[in-house]
Amino acid sequence: MSFLEARNMTGGYGGADILNGCTISVDRGEIAVIVGPNGAGKSTAMKAVFGMLQLRTGSVRLAGTDITRLSPQDRVHRGMAFVPQTSNVFVTMTVQENLEMGAFLRRDDISGTMERVFALFPVLRDKRQQPAGELSGGQRQQVAIGRALMTEPVLLMLDEPTAGVSPMVMDDLFARMIEIRREGIAILMAEQNARQALGIADTGYVLVTGENRYTDTGAALLADPDVRRAFLGG
Amino acid sequence: MLPDLPHAIVLLGNYVVVPGLAYAAQLALGALGITLVFGILRFANLAHGDLMAFGTMVAVLVTWQFQAWGLGLGPLPTGLLALPVAILAASAAALAADRLVFRYYRRVHSAPIVLVMASVGVMFILNGIVRFIIGPDDQSFSDGARFIIRAREFRQLTGLEEGLAIKTTQCLTVAVAVVVVAALFWFLQRTRTGKSMRAYSDNEDLALLSGINPDRVVAITWIIAASLAAIAGTLYGLDKSFKPFTYFQLLLPMFAAAIVGGIGQPLGAIAGGFIVAFSELTVTYAYKKFLHYLLPDAWEPTGLAQLLSTDYKFAVSFVILVLVLLFRPTGLFRGRLL
Repeated sequence: MSFLEARNMTGGYGGADILNGCTISVDRGEIAVIVGPNGAGKSTAMKAVFGMLQLRTGSVRLAGTDITRLSPQDRVHRGMAFVPQTSNVFVTMTVQENLEMGAFLRRDDISGTMERVFALFPVLRDKRQQPAGELSGGQRQQVAIGRALMTEPVLLMLDEPTAGVSPMVMDDLFARMIEIRREGIAILMAEQNARQALGIADTGYVLVTGENRYTDTGAALLADPDVRRAFLGG
Repeated sequence: MLPDLPHAIVLLGNYVVVPGLAYAAQLALGALGITLVFGILRFANLAHGDLMAFGTMVAVLVTWQFQAWGLGLGPLPTGLLALPVAILAASAAALAADRLVFRYYRRVHSAPIVLVMASVGVMFILNGIVRFIIGPDDQSFSDGARFIIRAREFRQLTGLEEGLAIKTTQCLTVAVAVVVVAALFWFLQRTRTGKSMRAYSDNEDLALLSGINPDRVVAITWIIAASLAAIAGTLYGLDKSFKPFTYFQLLLPMFAAAIVGGIGQPLGAIAGGFIVAFSELTVTYAYKKFLHYLLPDAWEPTGLAQLLSTDYKFAVSFVILVLVLLFRPTGLFRGRLL
């Protein structure tokens, strides 16, 4: 049994179901990536795993415990952290304050964690007193990921972290994910840049209309001619 | 005759600058409450003026009781001693209003305009309670030394013909406002709770994802806004007098101040308070005597040289409000859009 197990999720935002029996799992020290065409339910699956969406059927288990009925806040307490796709930093607050807010639930000394975030994203150290709203898109994403890491999560979830950043910044962000994975954190992300994301994925999920179409290692999916033709542009 | 600059300056100081500073401080404190509630709860709270009246009413009643007991602060007004009770009462009223009215609309995710209308209802209820308890009439509750410098003393001291009077309450207003604003900014910038309020105001969803408790943020916001309202109202009442209707009328200049500064921006509310207060005073001041000191006799105006009668002082706030909303809706400090 994997560290995170989301089984058979169905549900939507009130109307028709967007997820139709979607299953996703990830282990600590692994990167799992959800890819698929627009409207496949990638972001919805992420939200469902984080409890921001009422599931009609299916379950979510973290470290063997059923968390299907827990609110997102309670899931943060359990060691899950979520980086939304948009509006993922406090724009009027400084970089340092953003990180402090990430650690809001913690009552212990957070300076060690902040040092690790600064080690991971050195540019943030120089900009620590600058409002996050004044940073470039890539730097903002670093603040957003840094904020999520401040709770010292065991599962880090990212919803399209490379949307709208340049290819160079994207490569850099993916390189950081590999570093984060080394710390034994489970990483689950939804990605639009499928080819690059599958390149770093231990497991890839190709989602179509809210269902698992292909599930395999990232490398195997990249090598699969059907997947290449249908989803990776040949 | 040469322009008589010292006399002109003293005259303007006495009738515009000194009263303006006190009025600006009172408006700024009121506008800060409005802007905080808007930043966190995302609606324009029209009950703020009557919340101020409610707090001040408690200050007046407690002052009377203290006076009956012979309690006082010597040269300082007894109202200052009653202020903590007024703050507690106003906070309790605001929390009760939130619990009974606003919380429901928040839970069902009502549009901001629904909350604004609900606040009109709260306004009428507070309005009724205040009139029921203390009546609609003017109440004076200022005691202690009235002046720090009297006009006559100033004339003797300087040998000038114009006097400059500074009331104890004016000085007190500015001093209290400075202390309160400094404490508020320290709280918002330096403390964990203050930062969590800014985070919630900045990005509610992300604040929730970070584990910030929204109920706690909302409660603290009401307590701070109500405390500011009670302080501003009591200072205004000491400086002038307490009349419930006047406090309802203060809503307009306070909103104008909050919006000029950029709603949701505490620093803007303070700047806005000064802009509105001094616009009001400079537009309604009769410049006849001032010009008499500066201009040759032949040029002296025959009229009062007053741009607008004081009866129309609220029109000034209204004009400022309309101009800002037309030309720079986010205000000076780039606040939110209403």
